[in-house]
Amino acid sequence: MITTIVWIAAALLLAAVYLSWTAGRLDRLHARIDAARAALDAQLLRRASVTQEVATAGVLDPAASIVLYQAAHDARQAEEDQREVAESELSQALRAVFAESAQLEAVRSAPGGEESVRELAAAVRRVPMARRFHNDAVRAARALRRHRTVRWFRLAGHAPFPLAFEMDDEPPAILADRTEPDREGH
Amino acid sequence: MRIGIVCPYSWDVPGGVQFHIRDLAQHLIGLGHEVSVLAPADDPPRPGGRGGAPTPRPGGRGGAPTPLPPYVVPAGRAVPVPYNGSVARLNFGFLSAARVRRWVHEGNFDVLHIHEPATPSLSLLACWSAQGPIVATFHTSNPRSRAMIAAYPILQPALEKISARIAVSEYARRTLVEHLGGDAVVIPNGVDVSFFADAEPKAEWQGREGENTIGFIGRIDEPRKGLPVLIRALPRILAERPGTRLLVAGRGDEEEAVADLPRELRGQVEFLGMVSDEDKARLLRSVDLYIAPNTGGESFGIILVEAMSAGAPVLASDLDAFAQVLDGGEAGELYANEDADALAAAAVRLLGDPERRAELRDRGGRHVRRFDWSTVGADILAVYETVTDGAAAVAPDERVGLRARLGLARD
Repeated sequence: MITTIVWIAAALLLAAVYLSWTAGRLDRLHARIDAARAALDAQLLRRASVTQEVATAGVLDPAASIVLYQAAHDARQAEEDQREVAESELSQALRAVFAESAQLEAVRSAPGGEESVRELAAAVRRVPMARRFHNDAVRAARALRRHRTVRWFRLAGHAPFPLAFEMDDEPPAILADRTEPDREGH
Repeated sequence: MRIGIVCPYSWDVPGGVQFHIRDLAQHLIGLGHEVSVLAPADDPPRPGGRGGAPTPRPGGRGGAPTPLPPYVVPAGRAVPVPYNGSVARLNFGFLSAARVRRWVHEGNFDVLHIHEPATPSLSLLACWSAQGPIVATFHTSNPRSRAMIAAYPILQPALEKISARIAVSEYARRTLVEHLGGDAVVIPNGVDVSFFADAEPKAEWQGREGENTIGFIGRIDEPRKGLPVLIRALPRILAERPGTRLLVAGRGDEEEAVADLPRELRGQVEFLGMVSDEDKARLLRSVDLYIAPNTGGESFGIILVEAMSAGAPVLASDLDAFAQVLDGGEAGELYANEDADALAAAAVRLLGDPERRAELRDRGGRHVRRFDWSTVGADILAVYETVTDGAAAVAPDERVGLRARLGLARD
């Protein structure tokens, strides 16, 4: 009798430790998603700001300026559920405007243009990076949350089911070209 | 930025990962960052010794230990373990874990950069015992192994802590996605292009009219490096272009390497043994053609980038990783892997076509700029900045003690 109780107690204890450990794991994953999302937001905002600066600098032709300004403005102002579409449209606008290197040269030749081009190139390269890290965290959390233990014991609490950020983040080819060595960030 | 880098393999054994970490650390230090590298290495002899440090076993392997660069922190002697088809020197156990935690604690890093975290090594230990912004680089692209599948549930909780994953090639990224799920950004290995481009060619390694030189660098006795394929192709190359000389740099049994070669042709193969970095650059700068006959197990192919940096036209086997480094055959020529006939045919054609070689030299020279440390380092720093933006510093992972868990469980 006593041995049975001891065995049951030991089993319960073990199960409790396992549950607590899994909950800790999940908690850490949620924290990672939050950090990754903040980083992604920062990069998207940075990209929109630099685009707006370039659009209002008056170095591009009026049509390109308007297209870029509008897309950047929409991306910054978009509601949460429209965000992915608006950011994708900004990517498309950037690709359309910088499809030819003449536009890039125009920006570069303006006073302070070299700096703007560097910032823009950094921004369009970092958005896909940040998005990949975010979606990687989301995937890990989703995999764990689909686990039986997590579902049955409701270890995720009230945290919303994490969603990946899906958008077209393909940078303009001439800005993503790495054969031109740059000195970004220093 | 305070950066902690963890190297999984012994610092005193040369290898691709170690060289990558060395160059990365030096590049980052050059930019004014504070870098500390934790690597398996023998402890430097300290007067009086120090508690907690394992005393070297008498009669153990070694001899004079190589002096460590000032930025390397030794994590103790590594144990040789057969892993993944070769011998890896790894650290594990309680003692190593305690050292890792101390290093993480004392370093107070903004970001921790772990290399090869999916191997049973110091890297996995570091991943296990730290928290905060962690970046990991995956170098290898192994086919899925049984051990990997078995270890998956054990690995996963540690790998979940990694905020950003870097794969060294599209190929390595694909393996990573297949094996572990998730995603990674591709940042290639870096090369100091100017070091190779500015090397002085050596007259005795340079070809003359009708007497070209071919270069090969790599372990002679490691079949994966492909010297046997090249040796099999050599008689055919020499039949068409008799003056050609093959220059081989690398460790291994030279007699055995040429055993299959007809005796009269052996004089055309010159063994240079292990060469210094300077001589490697000069060799690549001198030869008329560099051949990379590797048969597998490559996830990147840094030697191809080095050859292109030095302006050597490259002919390589069509491994996925090589095809990618050579831009699908644009920056260098590819032949069907392990096919000595195809290798010989391509080599003969290239040796007889100086214009094509000049073209390859030119294209390769332009192509390698994306692998220069100035580019690669900026990308890696961009990853660091992305994960540290607003995040706390790296700290030891305060494992919740059993008592705390029980307290939690009783709630």
